[in-house]
Amino acid sequence: MRPTFSIICFTVLSGLGYGAWFLVGLGFAIGPVCGPRSAPDAFGVTLALCQTPFVSSAGLLLAFVLVGAGLLCSLGHLGQPRRAWRALSQWRSSWLSREGVAALLTFVPALALLAQRVVERFGAEPASPDAIAPRLLGIALCAGAALTVFCTANIYASLKPIAAWHQRHVVPAYLVLGVYGGALLLAAGAVPPGRWLPASDARTLLLVAIALAMGGAWLKSRYWRAIDALPARGVGHATGLDALGSARSVEQPHTEQNYLTHEMGFVLARKHARKLRAIALLAAFAIPAVLALLGFTMPGAQPVAVRLALASGVLGLFVERWLFFAEARHAVAAYYAR
Amino acid sequence: MTSLPPPTARKLGLVIDLDTCVGCHACAVACKEWNDGGQFGPLPDADPQGAKPDGVWFNRVHSYAVEQATPQGARELAVHFPRSCLHCETPACVTVCPTGASYKRAEDGIVLVDEDKCIGCQLCAWACPYGAREIDARKGTMQKCTLCVDRIYNETLEEDDRQPACVKACPTRARHFGDLGDADSAVSKLVAERDGYAPMPEFGYRPVNRYLPPRPRRDGCGERADASAMREETLDTAKLPGVLRWLDRALSR
Repeated sequence: MRPTFSIICFTVLSGLGYGAWFLVGLGFAIGPVCGPRSAPDAFGVTLALCQTPFVSSAGLLLAFVLVGAGLLCSLGHLGQPRRAWRALSQWRSSWLSREGVAALLTFVPALALLAQRVVERFGAEPASPDAIAPRLLGIALCAGAALTVFCTANIYASLKPIAAWHQRHVVPAYLVLGVYGGALLLAAGAVPPGRWLPASDARTLLLVAIALAMGGAWLKSRYWRAIDALPARGVGHATGLDALGSARSVEQPHTEQNYLTHEMGFVLARKHARKLRAIALLAAFAIPAVLALLGFTMPGAQPVAVRLALASGVLGLFVERWLFFAEARHAVAAYYAR
Repeated sequence: MTSLPPPTARKLGLVIDLDTCVGCHACAVACKEWNDGGQFGPLPDADPQGAKPDGVWFNRVHSYAVEQATPQGARELAVHFPRSCLHCETPACVTVCPTGASYKRAEDGIVLVDEDKCIGCQLCAWACPYGAREIDARKGTMQKCTLCVDRIYNETLEEDDRQPACVKACPTRARHFGDLGDADSAVSKLVAERDGYAPMPEFGYRPVNRYLPPRPRRDGCGERADASAMREETLDTAKLPGVLRWLDRALSR
């Protein structure tokens, strides 16, 4: 399949955004984690230091920008983007429609939480740690983000004619890589400590990033091994002529390219694929994991480490997504095979 | 509406005879000509006389050589394979459509695109293993074989002209049109008689169109591996008139 910039941008950027929203929503859902009580004041009152993990207003806002940019990118792939609103109607049968509905529904808790943070920041009363509304909104945001990425992944995984996508690794990989990107994003935003997130949150996010980097690398390696083992669909099978003998193409149906050969005739050489896979593993997982470990063990290095980790991670995810398209072969290509 | 209709009683489709097709492309030309002017046209033709022509047409005729082992050695069978929409019973191209533009008619099973709703996301083209759908780059919508739905019910045409343009144009009668849901129709009988098959059934889309495989050749090769054992012709000499009986004896010495 020919990789298109608009779709790669959409899945990577919106994956990052929804991943960050997943973590922020999780933080709100868990609610404030209260630390040790302060020393009693003159009136004998002690205060608990309560913080909600992963909750970063700036992270919430940045994820907004990424999700919005991603969705706008996806419109760039359409032939008739003005009618894109129609894509919300067939959620009963179409994963693309379900993704559109989920994507828009997720904006509701995200906007509500952003409004809540604004009110809290500029409001007169401090927020109560026992408030139920942020928790419910957090659960909604978490679920919405996960559902949206799940639907996006299923758009590809449900396509049977593309054997490389109709694999059981595809949906888990999209989900894991989404949260992983989100963790890198929030970690980068957490630094300098105390600016966007408290120091303890930054450390937790770095650990989460390391764990997900390992998980992501493992999933992608298993996926690549699975697609390498896929049997090639030949001319004889596509035409049913293999029952008669061994078939080969002697004349193409047209001398020029057409939509099918242009979109689905893309072939990536094995040796290029191997190199790009190595680059993806390195840039997306290995380098960020090492940098995260560095940032975890040496707080002084954190600011540089987390920003480099995010940059490398995003670059690596772009390469991984490009490969996801380039290495996928469509069944119709078998008819044209020489 | 991209939920599929309940199974249709009428299953209109094509039967394509791979034995008789000579790869002349008359069907492709007739299809393009009709659809350029019909209800679903015009079809795009970018840069037609230039260096990189790019257009949409629905019937793509491939040419293959099938190598077979015979008692006299290896030989190649030329097979021409016209590829177009098979109007499947449970097509994914209909269910993946997010806008309801891709639909299957409940009355006759024809799969169509409503170009007023199509957003050109191309997911239906990704879902079709037979490459039935192409995008009109100017309009930004998808196009496909319509089974000449604007011909087959067209009262302004003569009765026997109410068939798809490709069927009427074929000079070797390699294309047949009819109701494959009716076991007594001419096309259904043809399929039963010639062991017609649908390519790539493993996707579960249940194509309605059928391809008739090349007939077995005189040396027995060309018989499909799953067909019955070779049938030998026997001559009942007792039924022959006198002269031919003498000839049979003379030639058998």
